[in-house]
Amino acid sequence: MNDGAVNSAETFDCRVAFASTLDEMAEGDERVCAVVNDSVGSTKLKGFRDRFPDRFVNVGIAEQNMVGASAGLANGGMIPFCCGASCFLTARSMEQVKVDLGYAKNNVKLCGMSSGMAYGELGPTHHSIEDLAWTRVIPNLTVIVPADPVETRAAMLWAKDHVGPVFLRISRMPVPRLFADGYVFEPGKAAVLRQGNDVALLANGVMVVRALEAAARLHERGIEARVLNMSSMSPIDREAVIRAAKETRGIVTAEEASVYGGLGGAVAEIVADEHPVRVKRLGVPGVFAPTGNAEFLLAHFGLTAEGIEKAAVDLLHLGTGQ
Amino acid sequence: MNPIQVEDAPSLQERLRRTARTVRIHALQMVHHSKLGHPGGDLSSADILVTLYLAIMKIDPRDPAWPDRDRFIMSKGHCSAALYATLAAAGILEEQALQTFMDPLSMLNGHPDRNKVPGVEANTGPLGHGLPIAVGCALAARMRKASWRTFVLTGDGELQEGSNWEAALCAAQYGLDNLVLIIDRNRIQQGDFTEAIIKLNPLAEKWRAFGWQVVEVDGHDYDDLQRVLRSAPQVLGKPTCIIANTVKGRGVSFMENSPKWHHRVPSDAELAAAVDELMKDEL
Repeated sequence: MNDGAVNSAETFDCRVAFASTLDEMAEGDERVCAVVNDSVGSTKLKGFRDRFPDRFVNVGIAEQNMVGASAGLANGGMIPFCCGASCFLTARSMEQVKVDLGYAKNNVKLCGMSSGMAYGELGPTHHSIEDLAWTRVIPNLTVIVPADPVETRAAMLWAKDHVGPVFLRISRMPVPRLFADGYVFEPGKAAVLRQGNDVALLANGVMVVRALEAAARLHERGIEARVLNMSSMSPIDREAVIRAAKETRGIVTAEEASVYGGLGGAVAEIVADEHPVRVKRLGVPGVFAPTGNAEFLLAHFGLTAEGIEKAAVDLLHLGTGQ
Repeated sequence: MNPIQVEDAPSLQERLRRTARTVRIHALQMVHHSKLGHPGGDLSSADILVTLYLAIMKIDPRDPAWPDRDRFIMSKGHCSAALYATLAAAGILEEQALQTFMDPLSMLNGHPDRNKVPGVEANTGPLGHGLPIAVGCALAARMRKASWRTFVLTGDGELQEGSNWEAALCAAQYGLDNLVLIIDRNRIQQGDFTEAIIKLNPLAEKWRAFGWQVVEVDGHDYDDLQRVLRSAPQVLGKPTCIIANTVKGRGVSFMENSPKWHHRVPSDAELAAAVDELMKDEL
């Protein structure tokens, strides 16, 4: 539980927690290894490479081989963390992810770094806003979008001990710390970060802090918003979504991803099946982003505290016919 | 399936020959049964598969998941009938299961599933997946300081998939001399001869240029196959590429070297004629 009072003075790059956690796990378990696609710097794994050179594989710029070789490493009893920019890792190797990991159930941890629109000005080629839609439909593949460095570490610790493929979506955008030390990641569980029964704000990744800020602003207007951290995208917490549908007057989803097929899509599927209510999906609305840095692009698409607040207010007005 | 008579204590050479004949007959019966499959490639790869499973690989049929086993990755997963029949001949899979090939809910899918079929290491079917996986298996052996070897069988048309060449570069960079690639060089792919679709020749030079030790053998000669498979790696620090020159449809005269038998299903009469020819053939 979190009171919504986020200390946003200090922010963190989740890749730092990612790299230190991988070091820590490799120290304690000799099966842990890393596979990269000439992405030593962008995955922040220089330290790992120097410390565990025998368990570090750089396949070069070759994502199909990176994922296939990771499947083979898993076959040989290793626990590979297969790390690359999420845009290339997922798109270039999608068939290997589907067949070698999902279908074959190989024990590989895919780490999609710098996901969403974190690469900003580099443009849509480097944005990874489709990855949630692509990975969420693959059976056996657990999909996790951590919200802060503490959850990044917790999700990695869980992933190492889980036998099966996992996709971890790791942002490089600075986020404040939301969770306390000792936080344990549970797959298929949505953490309630703030209680409220007027509207529900469901978010993951870098959007969670923005949802909490939106809830605080809505409170000032007399609207009590429930905030759920939907870091576990697959499996997803259906019960928490159904409760949000039943106990509030509408749901706003917010993700640094396409509005098609990701969190918004998943929530819409569940409420359509179980308890139809109005859902407003915030994300990238089926377009390639214009030029701009990451913060500019989030604002451009309304992926801000203000944007979420406005969507919630609009939703409630629509819901009451005002 | 027709039981094949086996006499007492035949030589290894004779055992390989008879087992390969059984595998060929079973594969054709399976394709005939399911009305689906790839008989041409089943027949071209049968001798390679049987040599690996009966004469070369360190495996325990009673414990197919033994951690230190040699790995075999069947990259040309469309030739699953030959693979399943070989696994049965090696005592890893119940021979009765072959009769369920591609039946509803059978463990024997048209393409192999490692979670359902004992002895299958990789879920293949889409081409170009096996060599990257094999590279990972070989890297794992090195990381674990284990002595197992990794063998991977690809088709030749399959080499048109770029993922193979990503893996080829990686295997050479890491000096994976515990990795053996066997190319079933039958010179035919689904649509036509490989050289008419997208040229692969000069194939040996390509692999040499990528940093591999290349050996060409007759892919139907058990002595040749055993010699080179036993002696790999011939060069320390280099992965081995064995170009096994084969005949698509090998063993059945009317199927040999014909693109149409890539995935044609034999009729009742064709199956009978094929089995008859295989039973007579002393090769």
